[in-house]
Amino acid sequence: MKYYLLIPFLPLAGFLLNILLGRRLFRSQAHWPSTLAVFGSLVVAVMVLMDVLHGKTLNHDLYRWIISDKFQVSVGFLIDQLTAVMLIVVTSVSFLVHVYSIGYMHDDPGYYRFFAYLSLFTFSMLMLVMANNFLQLYFGWEAVGLCSYLLIGFWYEKKSASDAGKKAFIVNRFGDFGFGLGVIMIFLTLGTLHYIPVFDKINTLTGQTINILGLHVNLVTLIALLLFCGAVGKSAQIPLHVWLPDAMEGPTPVSALIHAATMVTAGVFMVARCNPIFNLSHTAMNVVAVVGGVTALFAATIALVQNDIKRVIAYSTISQLGYMFLACGVGAYGAGIFHLYTHAYFKALLFLCAGSVMHAMAGELDMQKMGGLKKYMPVTYWTMLIASLSISGIPGLAGFFSKDEILFRAYASGGVGRFVWVLGTAAAILTAFYSFRLIFVTFHGEFRGTEEQRHHLHESPKVMTVPLVLLCIGAVAAGWVGVPPLLGGSEHFAHFLEPVVGLPHAKEVSHAEEWMTMGISVAVALAGILIAAVFYLKNPAIPRRLAERFPFLYRLLWNKYYVDELYDYIVVRPALGIANNIIVKFTDGAIIEGIVNGVPAFIGWLGAQMRKVQDGVVEHYASIMAVGIFVLLAIGMIFLI
Amino acid sequence: MEIGYPILSTVVFMPIVGGLLLMLFSRKQETLIKFVALAVSVITFVLSLPLFTNFDKTTHQMQFVERADWIPQWGVQYYLGVDGISVLFILLSTLITILCVLISWNSITQKVKEFYIALLLIEGAMIGVFCSLDLFLFYIFWEAMLIPMYLIIGVWGGPRRVYAAIKFFLYTLIGSVLMLVAIVVLYFKGGTFNILELSKLSLPYKLQLMLFWAFCAAFAVKVPMFPVHTWLPDAHTEAPTAGSVILAAILIKMGAYGFLRFSLPMFPEAAKAMTPYMIALSVIAIIYGGIVCLAQTDLKRLIAYSSVSHMGFVTLGIFALNAQGLEGGILQMINHGVVTGALFLCVGIVYDRTHSRQIADYGGLATVMPVYAGFFMLFTLAAIGLPGLNGFIGEFLIILGGFKAKKLAGVFAATGIIIGAAYMLWLYQRVFFMGVNDKIKNLEPMSFREFLTLATLAVFVLWIGIYPNTFLSFMHVSVQHLLDRVNYGAGDSMVAVKTILGGPIP
Repeated sequence: MKYYLLIPFLPLAGFLLNILLGRRLFRSQAHWPSTLAVFGSLVVAVMVLMDVLHGKTLNHDLYRWIISDKFQVSVGFLIDQLTAVMLIVVTSVSFLVHVYSIGYMHDDPGYYRFFAYLSLFTFSMLMLVMANNFLQLYFGWEAVGLCSYLLIGFWYEKKSASDAGKKAFIVNRFGDFGFGLGVIMIFLTLGTLHYIPVFDKINTLTGQTINILGLHVNLVTLIALLLFCGAVGKSAQIPLHVWLPDAMEGPTPVSALIHAATMVTAGVFMVARCNPIFNLSHTAMNVVAVVGGVTALFAATIALVQNDIKRVIAYSTISQLGYMFLACGVGAYGAGIFHLYTHAYFKALLFLCAGSVMHAMAGELDMQKMGGLKKYMPVTYWTMLIASLSISGIPGLAGFFSKDEILFRAYASGGVGRFVWVLGTAAAILTAFYSFRLIFVTFHGEFRGTEEQRHHLHESPKVMTVPLVLLCIGAVAAGWVGVPPLLGGSEHFAHFLEPVVGLPHAKEVSHAEEWMTMGISVAVALAGILIAAVFYLKNPAIPRRLAERFPFLYRLLWNKYYVDELYDYIVVRPALGIANNIIVKFTDGAIIEGIVNGVPAFIGWLGAQMRKVQDGVVEHYASIMAVGIFVLLAIGMIFLI
Repeated sequence: MEIGYPILSTVVFMPIVGGLLLMLFSRKQETLIKFVALAVSVITFVLSLPLFTNFDKTTHQMQFVERADWIPQWGVQYYLGVDGISVLFILLSTLITILCVLISWNSITQKVKEFYIALLLIEGAMIGVFCSLDLFLFYIFWEAMLIPMYLIIGVWGGPRRVYAAIKFFLYTLIGSVLMLVAIVVLYFKGGTFNILELSKLSLPYKLQLMLFWAFCAAFAVKVPMFPVHTWLPDAHTEAPTAGSVILAAILIKMGAYGFLRFSLPMFPEAAKAMTPYMIALSVIAIIYGGIVCLAQTDLKRLIAYSSVSHMGFVTLGIFALNAQGLEGGILQMINHGVVTGALFLCVGIVYDRTHSRQIADYGGLATVMPVYAGFFMLFTLAAIGLPGLNGFIGEFLIILGGFKAKKLAGVFAATGIIIGAAYMLWLYQRVFFMGVNDKIKNLEPMSFREFLTLATLAVFVLWIGIYPNTFLSFMHVSVQHLLDRVNYGAGDSMVAVKTILGGPIP
């Protein structure tokens, strides 16, 4: 399995070629090095999957990265079932997005730069999923964050784009702050950062507590929650979700690859990878489940009213990521990863379809200015429709199997699981609704744009539509590897992952209950689609009337619960205020500089005063001497007595 | 270790002699002077390379030692040597000086001859500081360094150069005077100027404490630690590019080096007792220095303040008093030299074109100078500790060490990486992104000479980030030796005593 090294390093080579030679040499051909590299990775990833299917796994250190006394950590690779799944997801989606970008980005002045960044991203993401230790995971973690920053701000001339990139990076740093501390805690308690020994030894920490400011905190819970902080940032969960909608400023292929299919799922991957740690803490698991469930519902409500097609899909992504965490939180890691894998295809497809629409509409994003696009771009319409059916959970399609699995596992786990099951089911109806709202408003009805735009409407070129069709196959069929026994399947996917993440320990659940949860999730999906059809096909006046009836609610959702504004008031402004008004003007300015410049000034003043004493009048000298003697005597007497 | 020439004397005196030689030239021969200065700095660098290749990493003993009596009446010796703590700084100094010569090529137009003389003299003195093993000799180099630096700021600096130069001089002088007093006391108590001998003494605790603070005064100003940092923004901002680079890359490292060479081994009990205060000051510097960057409108001033924050990491690492902290601290000193040096070079490159340091005068520079923007991005990312680049290795080890020593310190220090990302990325956005500012739309691309200076440092950013062991391996044994000294008091014999008595050895 030595050839596995090609998987990350081919894209790295693609990046180096493009960043060093792209501007002068490749120019409009810059897609070749990057696309070929990722295709090579895909081929090798398939070979690795075959090996893993035959039961081969691998844990190999390439070289020792940092050595400092007992702190030793390597650059190394762990390839097991979980990694193999991630490798396929990352390389396949990345390859299709590369191909799509050839059409989407052509004529962009930064063409070579775009492909360079895509390659760097692919490299980083692969390093992340292939790491065999926490520090290399952290490397990949930050490196994908960098690529996200560079690609969100790809059109850096736009202030909004460069703002969004910066915001993404800084918000993620808040999560990474916790994540980094978690990694440090792992080293200090277990003496290593390599997965295998950490997971072997983590049991020894059970029951240990650590004193933080007088509070005794369970050590494993603390470590798990600190790690989860990183996941909350990277996977855009409450309360660090604010960067992802803004990340839509980046080119659409980037949104599909990074902000839907791969990078944002890194948090889920990490939690699943660290399942031996999370499993030891009920508290941490419940936090994960509740954060996931609440985020799933919360983001879905925002998606209901947005008009920017990419933002709708972005909130949908946040919501779906919530499902994945929900699954992990109830111990169904396999279900979480299953959803990660199906979601990668249908969500990448949704984004690329949105990109195709934008391509036809000259960059327009407001769906209220579209309508009736079905007849102009049939391939885009049909593929997007199938993706929407898939995400809504219509039986037979990929999204159905994974989402149903999650909801069933949540229900079956009882306790907190029941609560998040309710959240997840409620989010499911909203998911179907907003997905089809998007479809109906964009593709059905009459075209509402300008005449000039209408003239321009066209289906995208083959280089873009072929990836759509291929992803569509994924959106339909990806779930077939995880058909539940209830429907005559045998859950290949869950069993494949079992050696890494185990199987969820469910309470005894009857077949009737299993049918019930499945029935409910199908029913809510159909209900959501139906309501959307009534609202946006039959009677478009209803949504407007609703918005007028409940103006407060509408504004709350339209303004995304004012979270951005809240952060502006409690983080951004205070930081700048302290910097400008307290530090610069007061502590550094008045106090320290006051002393620094004041002491010489005082000495000068003192000298000027002293000079007056030396006036040559003997009486003055004599009286000063007398005072001096008196003072000395007084001091002497105080000390002697 | 046979290298055929007294390497330390050579690298100390090569630039000094070169500088004196330049005095013989006519001030009209500017090009020749520049080439001579370049040649001297390059030869010095090449001659210093055996320090890197022939260094024995298995011993904490001083290496490449040169020793001769100098003033026998007082026991003053000409005594040079390096160990794993100091050797890398000499290499950094010889390398950075070449870059300083290159970057000043066209930007220094007044008193060219005197400038290069000052530059070469400062190089010799700096290297002298790092390899002196005699306190007397050390102090001479320490003070000698001050004068050319004072001139570089005061003569070739910006509009407020005189204020900045005097401030720099007085600040450092006050610290140095206290250190001089301490050196004299130390001489009378210890009976020698030999640094290695003095590092084996066990002085009474009260005396240790007083001497610790006296030395600390000199070193804290140099680092600079909060609250004696306010000379730094002025000095950095007003100094010419080469001056800022030398200040950032090497001069301020001497404070931290002083802690390692003097404060810890000579006054171990005092140092250990004072760690809470030093750690607190370090953490304040990290956060305070970071937040103040958010308010800066001047490019150089912002980077100068970021040095306060980065050097806070260094002192935190040192006073964490464990292997990760110390090694991280030393590595971070190198990293900071490379990265902040590079950032000042970068600012110098555009300053030569625009003569403005105001952030508001830039914008959209990525469109105008794409290659330059790429370098600046790399150094920005290194400064904010992106894994895979050098800054991460140092910061991570320091936070790890800090956390180990004092949990809260590690937590607070880690907030520094959030603030760091905020001010650096905001700076980058304002300078490089968004629409092209009219004032800069016709800037020339980088020349090959400028490219070379940045590319050199970029290599180290990646090298240390990807394979830090090349550099960390120099430190292990010396750091361990230092830790033994601090943790077990007076030398190896004490370890033995404690072991015999069955005392706890952590």
